[in-house]
Amino acid sequence: MAKITLSNLAHSYIENPTKPEDYALRKIDHEWTDGEAYALLGPSGCGKSTLLNIISGILTPSEGKILFDEKDVTTETTANRNIAQVFQFPVVYDTMTVKENLEFPLKNRGASKEYIEKRVASIAKSIQVEDILNKKARGLTADAKQKISLGRGMVREDVNAILFDEPLTVIDPHMKWELRTQLKTLHKELGHTMIFVTHDQTEALTFADKVVVMNVGCVLQIGTPEELFKKPAHTFVGYFIGSPGMNFFDVELEGNIAKLDDKQIELNYSYEKTSKKIELGIRPEFVTLTNNSNDIKIEIDRVEDVAHHKIVRALLNGKKVNIIVPEDEKVTEDMTYISLDKDKINIYVDSWLVEGEKIS
Amino acid sequence: MRKTVNQKAWFLVLPVILLVAFSAVIPLMTVVNYSVQDTFGNNVFFEVGLEWFEEILHSERIHAALGRQALFTTIILLIEIPLGIFIALNMPKKGFWASASLILVALPLLVPWNVVGTIWQIFGRSDIGLLGHTLANLGIEYNYSQDVLSAWITIIVMDVWHWTSLVVLLCYAGLQSIPSAYYQAAKIDQASRWNVFRYIELPKMMGVLLIAFLLRFMDSFMIYTEPMVVTGGGPGNATTFLSIDLVKMAIGQFDLGPAAAFSLIYFLVILLVSWAFFTIITNIDKQEN
Repeated sequence: MAKITLSNLAHSYIENPTKPEDYALRKIDHEWTDGEAYALLGPSGCGKSTLLNIISGILTPSEGKILFDEKDVTTETTANRNIAQVFQFPVVYDTMTVKENLEFPLKNRGASKEYIEKRVASIAKSIQVEDILNKKARGLTADAKQKISLGRGMVREDVNAILFDEPLTVIDPHMKWELRTQLKTLHKELGHTMIFVTHDQTEALTFADKVVVMNVGCVLQIGTPEELFKKPAHTFVGYFIGSPGMNFFDVELEGNIAKLDDKQIELNYSYEKTSKKIELGIRPEFVTLTNNSNDIKIEIDRVEDVAHHKIVRALLNGKKVNIIVPEDEKVTEDMTYISLDKDKINIYVDSWLVEGEKIS
Repeated sequence: MRKTVNQKAWFLVLPVILLVAFSAVIPLMTVVNYSVQDTFGNNVFFEVGLEWFEEILHSERIHAALGRQALFTTIILLIEIPLGIFIALNMPKKGFWASASLILVALPLLVPWNVVGTIWQIFGRSDIGLLGHTLANLGIEYNYSQDVLSAWITIIVMDVWHWTSLVVLLCYAGLQSIPSAYYQAAKIDQASRWNVFRYIELPKMMGVLLIAFLLRFMDSFMIYTEPMVVTGGGPGNATTFLSIDLVKMAIGQFDLGPAAAFSLIYFLVILLVSWAFFTIITNIDKQEN
């Protein structure tokens, strides 16, 4: 087990990158704390698989270094890095039994018979495959196979990290939930550093201690699920996380007054003047639907009832607004105004979160 | 699901039945007809029962041909399958050289069979052939028309040259279908090169390998043109394989009865082996699902 440090790391598939757009992964400096569970979250093509492949050693980064503890492993092969990886599609050795599959990495490293026996038994117990140990791997279901590839990764006690590349893609929805819970339990039990790549926010938020949100090769924010929800560092994070995502309005700022068209919203913080693009962000959970004509006028498009709450889809000057209404509250026809919870408003300048000065 | 019963639908199958009848069943029936009859000339035939079959089954000449045939097929399978796998494993997987080597490998397959025979017939001649002449100059005794060993080596090398490509192409296709994650996982597990072959590549190639094996078995078991052109079955009877012997019997000696019985037995042997292979392949598929 080890701390993983990415130092000035960047990667481009083009030979002489000049523009930031040439990079599949833009400059990143980060330390992955030993024993924590991370999720790399982002849409397809955002560079998360590139980053994972750099950590696992399948790719050599074009710039920067990667260190395991204090050792530079930038040019080390995958095998020498002593990491385990679980792929998108289950990778098992078809002709071997489940037991032989689990023994394989240890045998190749020349472990003793007794040790292998003991270790395989304990891993089989934690991934719950004891009853199929002597079955051939080829006949198993996708989720059983994925469990085995996971087991093969964890059977080595000394792995530096376990990497997951969207491992639940081919798993049935009800098994997904179970496997995810199992992963979480295993993480607590064994304490490996785990890095989990996914484009599914539920997966990321339930699995990880810390979530790394990426888009077009940039790391936008690294934080706990709570931080991502309350204080998204970038409009993309606000939009990508949450269901529906954060609402953004173009506003003008003067001190602690935000001007949204002809309405003035008083904020808790005051901000410096800027000529850049300013947006006000607020989660649909903190927008309230009212019938008070002093509030902000909207046009309601439709109301979706999703059992535990209602989602109101509306338009504000042609821009989409989502409002979450608690289940027990009624939506009446005259409720075409919204008010915003002051404490939950974030201000974004050029898409990045800015902190204001507290008004005393 | 409920199916409608309509006997008129049989008419829709009729064209196929007619086609198959003319292309396979009727010619085969004439052979069956010959195999149970004899004649003393004047187009007068009489029934002899299974006499020809008994004769063929006990014929030393056929046994010898069958022995040569089995030896030939075994040797070329033992060479072509491993060699084909080996070449496929070492071919470039992508880029310009992948396409280039694919074309190079596929070339022998495009040569007509009698041309293959002619090529090697001339290639091996000691007066004008490159191979024959070179060997003669090196002082190696090589004469495929007089020396049994030379004749066998020539025909085996020729078949390997002609058909290993088929095995290579099939294996190559099998290898290309293996997702790269398998190789990455093997690296992470620190599997040796042999283990990668044994546990990843070979199992994934098993399906195509069985097809390659089946095709090469059938084709080599029926080989006629190439050895006929190169050696004509000689020296003596040394390279007279089953089909060469069959043609000799049917057209050379005009022994239509025994030849018909012979070809039916020949056909049944190939059918039996193919059926066995088919069963194995489908069973493997079942296991996988």
